[in-house]
Formats: sequence, structure tokens, C-alpha cells
Amino acid sequence: MVQYNFKKITVVPSGKDFIDIILSRTQRQTPTVVHKGYAISRLRQFYMRKVKFTQQNFHEKLSAIIDEFPRLDDIHPFYGDLLHVLYNKDHYKLALGQINTARNLIGKIAKDYVRLLKYGDSLYRCKCLKVAALGRMCTVIKRIGPSLAYLEQIRQHMARLPSIDPNTRTILICGYPNVGKSSFINKITRADVDVQPYAFTTKSLFVGHTDYKYLRYQVIDTPGILDRPFEDRNIIEMCSITALAHLRAAVLFFLDISGSCGYSIAQQAALFHSIKSLFMNKPLIIVCNKTDLQPFDGLSDEDKKLVMEMKDEAMKTVIGQGGEAINDDGVLLTMSTLTEEGVMAVKNAACERLLNQRVELKMKSKKMNDCLNRFHVAIPKPRDQKERPACIPQAVLEAKAKAVTEKEKRKLEKELESENGGAGVYSANLKKNYILASDEWKEDIMPEIIDGHNVADFIDPDILQRLEELEREEGLRLEHEADDDDFEMDGKELTPEEQEALAEIRKKKSLLIQQHRIKKSTAESRPTVPRKFDKDRKFTSERMGRQLSALGLDPTSAVNRARSRSVSRRGRKRERSLAREDSDVDAMDMDVDQPGKKLRMRSRSRSRSRSRPPGDVTPGEGFKDSAQKVKAMKLAKKSVKNRNKDARRGEADRVIPTLKPKHLFSGKRSIGKTSRR
Amino acid sequence: MRLEKCWFCSSTVYPGHGIQFVRNDAKIFRFCRSKCHKNFKMKRNPRKVKWTKAYRRLHAKDMTQDSTFEFERKRNRPERYDRNLTENTLKAIKKIDKVRVDREARHHAMRMKGKKAKVQREAAKELEQSIHMVKAPAVLREDSSFTLPKIKVKASHQQAEENHPMEE
Repeated sequence: MVQYNFKKITVVPSGKDFIDIILSRTQRQTPTVVHKGYAISRLRQFYMRKVKFTQQNFHEKLSAIIDEFPRLDDIHPFYGDLLHVLYNKDHYKLALGQINTARNLIGKIAKDYVRLLKYGDSLYRCKCLKVAALGRMCTVIKRIGPSLAYLEQIRQHMARLPSIDPNTRTILICGYPNVGKSSFINKITRADVDVQPYAFTTKSLFVGHTDYKYLRYQVIDTPGILDRPFEDRNIIEMCSITALAHLRAAVLFFLDISGSCGYSIAQQAALFHSIKSLFMNKPLIIVCNKTDLQPFDGLSDEDKKLVMEMKDEAMKTVIGQGGEAINDDGVLLTMSTLTEEGVMAVKNAACERLLNQRVELKMKSKKMNDCLNRFHVAIPKPRDQKERPACIPQAVLEAKAKAVTEKEKRKLEKELESENGGAGVYSANLKKNYILASDEWKEDIMPEIIDGHNVADFIDPDILQRLEELEREEGLRLEHEADDDDFEMDGKELTPEEQEALAEIRKKKSLLIQQHRIKKSTAESRPTVPRKFDKDRKFTSERMGRQLSALGLDPTSAVNRARSRSVSRRGRKRERSLAREDSDVDAMDMDVDQPGKKLRMRSRSRSRSRSRPPGDVTPGEGFKDSAQKVKAMKLAKKSVKNRNKDARRGEADRVIPTLKPKHLFSGKRSIGKTSRR
Repeated sequence: MRLEKCWFCSSTVYPGHGIQFVRNDAKIFRFCRSKCHKNFKMKRNPRKVKWTKAYRRLHAKDMTQDSTFEFERKRNRPERYDRNLTENTLKAIKKIDKVRVDREARHHAMRMKGKKAKVQREAAKELEQSIHMVKAPAVLREDSSFTLPKIKVKASHQQAEENHPMEE
């Protein structure tokens, strides 16, 4: 709950800081550039925006402060009183009121100046108005500076207040200063309160938590109270009084029976009687501390009488609550925090008393009645006096009895395991409790997979029967098969020669297809060269002859005809005699097979005038005469002849002068990396 | 431990092999190897992919319906172990397998039955139609058998009588 979490209040800045923050924010988050050449509406808008922005920011921040500080009337009276005790309610309210007025004033200033800005007629005038507005707002804040500082102090102090929940189980410890309250709380809780020999070591409330019967109890340590009239009490004592007054808690009143705190038992008793009105309706326990210094029985009679008086008062509170007379042990206890004897007894007694009281209260409250009203156990009205107990069949009773004995008698697997060597050594036989038709089958290993099948898929109670049927079917079918077994007619088999011919045909066909495919793919880029430039020698008459003879025809006439019509013959005026055709065939073969250009040259050579002889010297070449040139040519040819015949690399063949040029294998590159060499 | 069937090619997936894919609608797809898995990811229909069993069954290349298939059925309730029954089952599995294999072979033979005759007929026809590619018509008129002709060589050359059927 927000009220009990005073730590969440935002920091209240001081007056100057406040102004700085807001003004710098205005400067950063509104446009800053303006020129006097702008339209007047734009200038006005610019400055109005600044004024409004500042006002809004002030408003926001001040509202935040006002909202976050708790209103003393809205929170639990314990906290209200505590804050009043610590900070004075009036001052607090005044400070917050001032903040509120400041907020309203700033709003009014902004409104007025915005109205004036609407009629600003020049940049300078608008600017002056804005400066004035902001200046006035800042003066307002400067004036409330002290209030802001005060609120900041309060905030810091409030954040450090102990978080006490006023509604839960609480144990309050009170008494004179130095009687041992803080030592006690140190003993029963994890709190670490200062314990010192001087009075008023504890200056404010401290909270610790302790457990009893699975419930959490708050233990509150208070500063010591002196016996003074109410009006004279200082702030620290008022804290304790507030706590006593508002918290419904069990009260432990500490008595120092040794007197080492500096106050006698009489004084302490007097204090008790003066504040006993605060112990109304609270379970009260008188705790006599420091019994190690002065045992309880060693007290003098007057002191004992005083103590007994206090006890009677305490007893009254007990009787007032429950109506049952509890024995003295619940009311008067002795202990020593130094030796720790009786400490736990005190705590338990206090917790018990508080718990009982709270439970009783809850039972009496209306809420419980609502809950109780919802329950109703219906019991049928007995119609006659016959006893009708629950009916349990005999077998069930016997089984129950047997189960009990069996459970005790049965040997556990765990015991078996530990007998046979423990967890790593013994592996339990999981199959021993199997329920099968025959006990011999328990240790069987059944194959799950066989021949690429899952055995479980085939398991069937009447598998034998079905298998039999299947076999019968199969047998029948085999018989039928044997009967009408049709034989393949082999009459149409081809003879080996025919097969050969077929193979030939297929070869030729596939070749044609291949050629066609090549032609098809290169059709676009293949030059159409006339037949006379036949590089692969595909169109020779010899070849033609061979192909014709393969087909079974006599090629001689065709070949002769082809040769007679060849280009080389065209130039002849006279046909040579047939007798010399054999030798001519050889000679002419050369002609026929050479490329066409040379053919043309040779055939037309007669009609041409003489071409240049090889050794013809032109002036400027550098030769003395043709003989020299011829000799040079001969030398050149000779030097090249052996190399060419051996097919070795020549002058025109590609050569790399340096295999690893330095400029590529060393040095840095002007651009790029040299990771690849 | 179970042997599963590959969803794509219907071969058995042995333990330790393959990949199992569970779709968002909780349907499980098992694959025997990455080939099937990748085909599946490409969204190919196994009924259209030639080498799968699904295709073969659909296009009647393999036996579809048979009583031997009825023996193997996934039962979801485990039966209590019975030694005799298990013994019989194991023996039965072997016999059923044999029967099934025989039937499949028979099915294949039936499918392939007319092929030989067809092939021969086609060969004969081809021979008759295309004999002109290896035998000149003039020669065919004289010798009307469908065989390769005798090669006529020029008397003056006396080359060896080899068949040069193919010119390169």
C-alpha cells in the first residue's frame, strides 16, 4: 500500500534547482530559432508555446509532489500520529498548502501572459512578455524555496521509517530506558538494535520479525519512556506513546528488578500505573528482566508488593478478555537477556496470548458469522431408535487386515537391492512379477524384429488357421499355373545374319541421329562451306567407292565418272588414254584431295604471266644480290627444318620470358591486398 | 523398437536411420534417407516419382492387393506373451514371406509376358523397312534376303576383303 511505502516519494528539488531544471527543459524541448522576419502569428505562437510549456512543467512537478506526500487524514491513525509527532501536522500541511498555491499562481501567470502575447505586435515585444512571464514564475518558486527544503527533509526521514504493518500480529516492548528492551529484541529476532549503557540509545521505533506456530509476528522496540506528565514528553517518548496507543498489540512491560538502569522499582511501578490506560484491551505481560543480577525471589517485600500490584492490573486485562482464569505464568515472567534464560518462554507466552485474543475477536466479529452461516451440516432426523452403523463387507475388512500384515511382511525391492550389493551392482529382475499363462515363460526373450518385419504386427491368435488357408490357396494356384502355362512362340526369331544386318542398320541410324544433333546445335554458328573446301576429306571419290561397295554395288563406274568430272580435269583439252589411267589415278588422287585453291592455281597457271621467282631482290631489303638472298632463304629453311620435323617449339610459339617476374611476386600494391601472389 | 516405413519411398526405416518430421498438425513423416527427405521438402508427390513404391503400386508395376498383406497389420494393443503363439508366429512369418515373394514374381512375369514377341515383331519390321540403308535396292532385287550384301571390290586393287561398313 502506498501509504506504508514512503520510500516511493520522488525527490523534492530545492528552489534553485527546480528553476534550473524547468528552464533548461524549456530551452531544450521547444524550438529555439526565431527571426524577426517571420509572420507575426508565427512569432506569437513561438513565444506562447514557451510560456505554456514552462507552466505545464511546473504544474506537473508540483502536482507530483502534492500527490505523493501522504495526507495525514487518509492514512492509518498510527502513521498519522507518528508523522504528527515527528514532523508537526500543522507545519506539514502548511508546506503542502504553499506548494498548492504556488501551482495555482503559476497557472494564473501563464494565462495572463498568454492573453497578452496574443496582441504582441513585434518580436521584441513578444520576447519581453515571455521573459516577464518566465521571470514571475521563477520568483514564485524562489519564494517557496524553504517549504521545498522542509519537504525534502521530511521525505528523507519518512523513507527511513520502519515499515510497520498496523494490522498484523504485533508485540510491543515498552518500559523505562535501559531496562533491556533492545537486548530482548536482538535475542528473538534478527534485528540489530544498538545496545549501550546510556539512556535513550534507542531513539525511534525498531521492527523485528519472529515466528511462532508458523505465523509471523512483528516485534516493535520502543524508546524508553520516563515518568512525566503527558505535555512534557519529548518527541522520542511520544513515538512510543503513539505506538502504544494505536497498535493492537501484545504489550510486554519490562521491569528492571536489579535497578541497574538507574531507576528503582517504585519509579517503574509509578510509570506503569500512569500509562496503564494505554493497555486497554491488549494482552499484557509483565517481564522482569536482569534476573542474573538480582533474582526475583531476592527482592525486598515492598518491591514484591509493587510487582504484585502490577500483576493484578495485568490479570484484570486477562480476565476482561476471555473470562477464563489463566495462571500467573502467563502474566508475570522473569528472564535474563544476558544468560538467555526465560527469553523463549516470554516470547511464546506473548505470542500465545496475542493469538488467542485475535482468534477470539475474529470469532465474535460479524465476518465470522457470515462464514459460519454458509456452512450447514445436514443430519437426517432419526425415525426410530435403531442403530445403523456404516456397513462394510466382511471381505473388505479381511483384505484390509491382510494388507496391513502383508505390508509389514513383504520384502521391499530396496532391501533386496541393498542385500545384493547396492545400486550399481544389483540390477532388479523386472520380469519376475509378470503374469503369464505359464511361469516358465517369464524369462523368455521375444524377438521384436525378424526379416524386416515387426513380429508384433503378425501376432494373431488364429494365425495358424489363416496360414493354412493361405497355403491351400497357394497350392491351388500352382496347379493352375502348371496347367495353362503358355509357351512363348519363338518362330519369329531372326537369323544371325539378319541380326547382323539389323545391328548395322541401327548403328547407321544412330550415327545419322548424332550427326543431325551436332548439325542442329551448331546450325546458327556453323559456316556453310562449299564442298570443295572439304577439310575432313569426307567427299573423296575413294570414300564414295568404299561406301558403295559396302552397299553391295560395284563402284568403279561411279568413281570413274566422278573423277572424270573433277575440276582438275576441266582444264585439259585432251583426255589422256585410258591405259594410263591407273597411274594417273594415283597422280590425280593428289590433286583431287588437295584443297581447292591450289587446284585453281595449278589449273589456271597456263593462262597467267610469270610470277616472281623466289630469289628476287627488291631494293631496301638489304641483300647484295639475288644469290645472297637465295642463300639467306636456304639457311633460314635449314635452321628450321630439324626443329619442325621433330615438332619442337619454334620461334613463333608462345614463350614466357620470365616465369616469376619480380614485380608480381614482391613489393606492395598501390591498391588492393597482396594475399594472392 | 519398431521398423517403420518411409513415407516417401515406403522402404523400411531401421532404428538409427533416417529422419522423423512432425508437422504442426501432429502428423509424423518418417524418411529412410536424405534423398526422400529432400524430395519431400521439395513437395514432390511420391505417386509421381518413378522409383517409389507408391508410384509402382499406383501404376500396377507391383502387386497391390493380396491376402499376404493382410497378415501384417499394426495392432495398437499389446498382447500378453504366449510362447506357443510366438513360436508359431515366427514360423508363419517365414512362410508368408515366401508366398508373398512368389506371388510378386508371378505378377512380374505376367506383366512381362508379351514383351518377347513384341520385340521380335518390331525387329523384323525395322529390318524390312530400313534394309535399304545397308543394302542397295538393286542388290535387294536380286537377293531378297534381309542380310548384308557381299562387298564388291575393284579387281585392279586387290584389297583385302574386309567389311568397312562404317566410314568415319
